[in-house]
Amino acid sequence: MRLRGIAGVLVAALAGLLVPVPGRAAESIVIGGKIFTESYILGEIAAQSIAAHSPVAVERKLGMGSTGILFEALKSGAIDVYPDYTGTLAEAILKQPQLKSVEEIGRALIPMGLAISGPLGFNDTYAIAVKQSFATQHQLHTISDLRGVQSTLRAAFSYEFMDRKDGYPGMVDSYQLKLDPQKVNRMEHSLSFQAIDDNAVDVIDVYSTDAKIKKFNLRLLDDDRGYFPVYQAVWVARKAFVDRHPREWEILRKLEGSISETAMQDMNAQADIQKESFGKIASQFLGAAAPDAESATQKIWQRTREHLWLVGVALLFSLIVGIPLGVIAVRFHAAGQFILIVSALVQTIPSLALLCFLIPLFGVGTKPALAALCLYSLLPVVLNTFTGVRGVDPLHLENARAFGLNGRQVLFRIVLPLASPTMLAGIKTATIVSIGTATLAALVGAGGYGAPIVSGLSLNDIPTILTGAIPAALMALIAHALFELLGWALIPAGLRKYQ
Amino acid sequence: MLVLQNISKSFENRSALTDVNLEVPKGATHALIGSSGSGKTTLLRITLGLIPMDKGYVKINDKALSSFTPIQWADRIGYVPQDGGLFPHISGRANISLIAKMRGWDRARIDARIEELGRLVDLDAGVLARFPSELSGGQKQRVAIMRAAMMDPDVMLLDEPMAALDPLIRRSLQQELKSIFQRLDKTVLLVTHDLGEAAYLAERITLLHDGKVVQSGSFGELLHHPADAFVTSFINAQRGVPDAATVAA
Repeated sequence: MRLRGIAGVLVAALAGLLVPVPGRAAESIVIGGKIFTESYILGEIAAQSIAAHSPVAVERKLGMGSTGILFEALKSGAIDVYPDYTGTLAEAILKQPQLKSVEEIGRALIPMGLAISGPLGFNDTYAIAVKQSFATQHQLHTISDLRGVQSTLRAAFSYEFMDRKDGYPGMVDSYQLKLDPQKVNRMEHSLSFQAIDDNAVDVIDVYSTDAKIKKFNLRLLDDDRGYFPVYQAVWVARKAFVDRHPREWEILRKLEGSISETAMQDMNAQADIQKESFGKIASQFLGAAAPDAESATQKIWQRTREHLWLVGVALLFSLIVGIPLGVIAVRFHAAGQFILIVSALVQTIPSLALLCFLIPLFGVGTKPALAALCLYSLLPVVLNTFTGVRGVDPLHLENARAFGLNGRQVLFRIVLPLASPTMLAGIKTATIVSIGTATLAALVGAGGYGAPIVSGLSLNDIPTILTGAIPAALMALIAHALFELLGWALIPAGLRKYQ
Repeated sequence: MLVLQNISKSFENRSALTDVNLEVPKGATHALIGSSGSGKTTLLRITLGLIPMDKGYVKINDKALSSFTPIQWADRIGYVPQDGGLFPHISGRANISLIAKMRGWDRARIDARIEELGRLVDLDAGVLARFPSELSGGQKQRVAIMRAAMMDPDVMLLDEPMAALDPLIRRSLQQELKSIFQRLDKTVLLVTHDLGEAAYLAERITLLHDGKVVQSGSFGELLHHPADAFVTSFINAQRGVPDAATVAA
């Protein structure tokens, strides 16, 4: 009874934690940003501009993954404003690629409760890049020239570029390109630079202001058919934010027309090549002193706490929900198959997609990340509980009944202890997988060790990636060791002899 | 006194037990014998109250199984499963005290009872601290008997107590078991397929075949006054002697 009471309290606490909160309690402005250098820098510029000229607190949720996540976050009110591009808004959000001008797009966004600023000054469009040496060798100047090498051309294109109508599909149509589908790879954008540098591919998609074009000595091929749309950078905001904070929106609009293409390329280069912090780059641009940087240990400590919280809650959830589900699955065959199939299906949803589904329900930040981790850690616990409990010799169960033990006593005194080695292995798997998966939480602004991994990935900056990856690996090792100890404590001594 | 009266049981359309009667007087040891498929395991499970019977009664000291709760019944019958049936995850001592703990006995009472039973079966505390995987076959059997006797039941029910042991150990443990039964002074029903064991340990034997009692009596009665040809062939098969009918004159 006491155990059940504790479990009830835990479930209630967990439910409270996961219930979506309609509005943020504290009055603060949340700046969002996508997971690439330019978006980080623009987000910093926005945050610092407001912080410098307004008393309202500013919160940063930069590096939040793809357009879909940002858009959902904006709609749900989890963020107030973020930088985006006219072409992206027309294509990916409005689904009206014929809209070209800032005015047209702004009008079309009004019914969705969104507003945009005027252009910030630079055009960051898609461009196609090859190595200088490769261009010289094959005399490539324009995208049309690619037709001469199309049968052997090896390409690495970002997921977004491959899937957008104004990206790859439209480009091959417009240019009558016939690339070998076997040689067209989908790749995370920041990795494609490494790939072309290693001669693993010949051609990649880039953003025209990307500093790595210079760093990796790439040549942009002329868009000789004028295929790629104009990508004017603008601020995208919730209408509610504009109405509530007209002064702050005005501060952001003062930046209109102030960032030229060269200025943006330079800032990107400072981040990608000189490894300056986004905060410092933004403050230099704004002509202000850089905000105080947190010390490295403070940062790691903060990320460790965030990461532990994510993994800990997911683990607790998987115990409270997964173990009973596993036991039920053994007792009721039909329900059991349903439970096992559903928890296996959840596992097949790609983590980024799952996060995207969860944002409308939970907003951004820790909640959707926790929900995703909870769902992912369910299968190992359910499956191992099921396997362990089903594996208990039925003779022991019959004997226990013959001795006059009731159902609860049989479960807690005989079945669960006998199944505990298998169950513990499942819990251990769930924990270690959670520690890895929790790094993706940074994509929805939940922080943790994923934050430096995500920003390091967008900067192609391996040391930064390692400041997240190494602690995550250490945490996994520590978890492994703790579970070995826990095994000694929890697995009944009589069963250890068999191990 | 244990009485099984007119017990019948069928599974789906197959009859497993037909009108089985068996009586074990207080303090006596009785063997239920039969080959596999004879229905002796079904009778054992009915006696333990694990499965319902279609017809008949199980009574201990003239009180029917149906008038007890499952827990009360479990405490009236001390059960020693095949090969001891000890739970592998807990020590011998924890196996013995498990049921008493569930019934709310305090520690002192449990310790006193275990000490008393330990003397009866000749096992010291050091052996009881071991896990089942560390016990010999004979030690397991004795721990299982202590567990069965813990609640001071009226009847002890043993399922194939020697089946898993090798023949030499079996012989010495049989002697041991016989004296343990005498010291415990319980009504004992022993389920076995081994006639020698039945003859050695029990005063009376009930031979079960195809769900029916073929004959009940002492070993001598079965041997010298077999009820039918099956009894003779069963006895001879166990002795390794060819059936008289199959031996040419």
